[in-house]
Amino acid sequence: MSRIKTIETRDMNKSVKTGGCGECQTSCQSACKTSCGVANQKCENANK
Amino acid sequence: MVHCYKLNGYNIVLDTCSGSVHSVDEVAYDIIEMYKTHSAEEITEFVLDKYKDQPDVTADEVKECLNDVAELEKQGKLYSEDVYENLAIDFKNNSNVVKAMCLHVAHTCNLNCSYCFASQGKYQGDRALMSFEVGKQAFDFLIANSGTRKNLEVDFFGGEPLMNWEVVKQLVEYARSVEKQHNKNFRFTLTTNGVLLDDEIIDYLNKEMCNVVLSLDGRQSIHDHFRKYYNGKGSYEDIVPKFQRLVEKRGGKDYYMRGTFTHNNVDFTEDIFHMADLGFKELSMEPVVCAPGDPYALTEADLPKLFEQYEKLAVEMIKRKKAGNGFTFYHYMIDLTEGPCIYKRITGCGSGTEYMAVTPWGELYPCHQFVGDPKYSLGDVWKGVTNKAAQDEFRSCNAYARPECKDCWAKLYCSGGCAANSYHATGKISGVYEYGCELFKKRMECAVMIKVAEADQ
Repeated sequence: MSRIKTIETRDMNKSVKTGGCGECQTSCQSACKTSCGVANQKCENANK
Repeated sequence: MVHCYKLNGYNIVLDTCSGSVHSVDEVAYDIIEMYKTHSAEEITEFVLDKYKDQPDVTADEVKECLNDVAELEKQGKLYSEDVYENLAIDFKNNSNVVKAMCLHVAHTCNLNCSYCFASQGKYQGDRALMSFEVGKQAFDFLIANSGTRKNLEVDFFGGEPLMNWEVVKQLVEYARSVEKQHNKNFRFTLTTNGVLLDDEIIDYLNKEMCNVVLSLDGRQSIHDHFRKYYNGKGSYEDIVPKFQRLVEKRGGKDYYMRGTFTHNNVDFTEDIFHMADLGFKELSMEPVVCAPGDPYALTEADLPKLFEQYEKLAVEMIKRKKAGNGFTFYHYMIDLTEGPCIYKRITGCGSGTEYMAVTPWGELYPCHQFVGDPKYSLGDVWKGVTNKAAQDEFRSCNAYARPECKDCWAKLYCSGGCAANSYHATGKISGVYEYGCELFKKRMECAVMIKVAEADQ
């Protein structure tokens, strides 16, 4: 694909089966306290 | 759904539902934009005409690129279908776990910041300090309601939590004394204005808190404009050396310098750069939360300037990282490979369900931003959640709860946004704070661009 470079990302569809453990940080507990962003939270599921 | 945008010389295509990110050239960019609405012949004709001065853009090249797009679609990396809506509803309905608490150990403050969303720490109520007994009950409530979750988070918050320092220490010690028997791992955060920091407190925080949030607005003139003592003197000179000492002794553990920007400093990147130049490397800067009529409220006219600032910040961060003096910005810390699963992306921040705020008197609220609003008092740490109707309102919040988000490319990055922002902007938690959405989308575009730039190096 000479004109398209795909960046490596987590497969969202696959995570339907492997995700949902809930061990990750609650988004508002980190720094913002005023807005909801979930994309910058780290996954803590060892079995993903 | 795909979102195509150009930033800092990159042509970027986000595939919303798969989470895929593509960095493409101009020809592919046009093809991807037209692919779903035009025939192959129409696209070929358009592209050959537009790029007629470029000898490498031939009919065969366009055909190859069209095939590549078709292949990516087949792989589920372009135009992927949105199949997650029911997951969001089911997941939240089936979960009654509480895993995080914002513990308001002090509804009082030693600073008198006029922009404070918590009315100088009082939250529109009386000044108060949490007793050890109330705090202990809050921990017992959290442990009892956390199900099989191992990692539990408690943020010591205020007002100014260091004004109740002995109770903070007692509560940390209590939690440490019971965590193993319950198979829990407490992660503590403390948010402070820095005024009361000394070596004893710094050492304790660096030992026990997995994160500290240090309030600094940037340049001295900006910081001191709002963050003043009751006698009117600014706090910058007192707190900066203390924050520097804390970070120097922190040994690499997480911290955030956390600032607020207002209409008074729409050039807020200067404040971020100032923090970086003071030696701080983990930075966060948030738009002020206030009523639209407040003199320092951000305005519609500020919006294009803020967009420019976010772009400027992203470009400068790339440059500084290359030069070996990089820093992180909370909203740009997107993790494309090890980031959140789809459940995290669709279920929102968890306020009112897995995350709650506890007042000095032990009352439960959906989050710190709702404290003091009787409509959203959920119950207390002894009886648990008794206002089920209010909790159900929060349980229904997710990336699909608002019709306005249906066609938004960013919904799996914000998960429907902040309920408190929605409430303050529209009077209901199911509303949409459009101004916040615009800022959020720009931040996500910048965050992804930084990743694309890194992949390009």
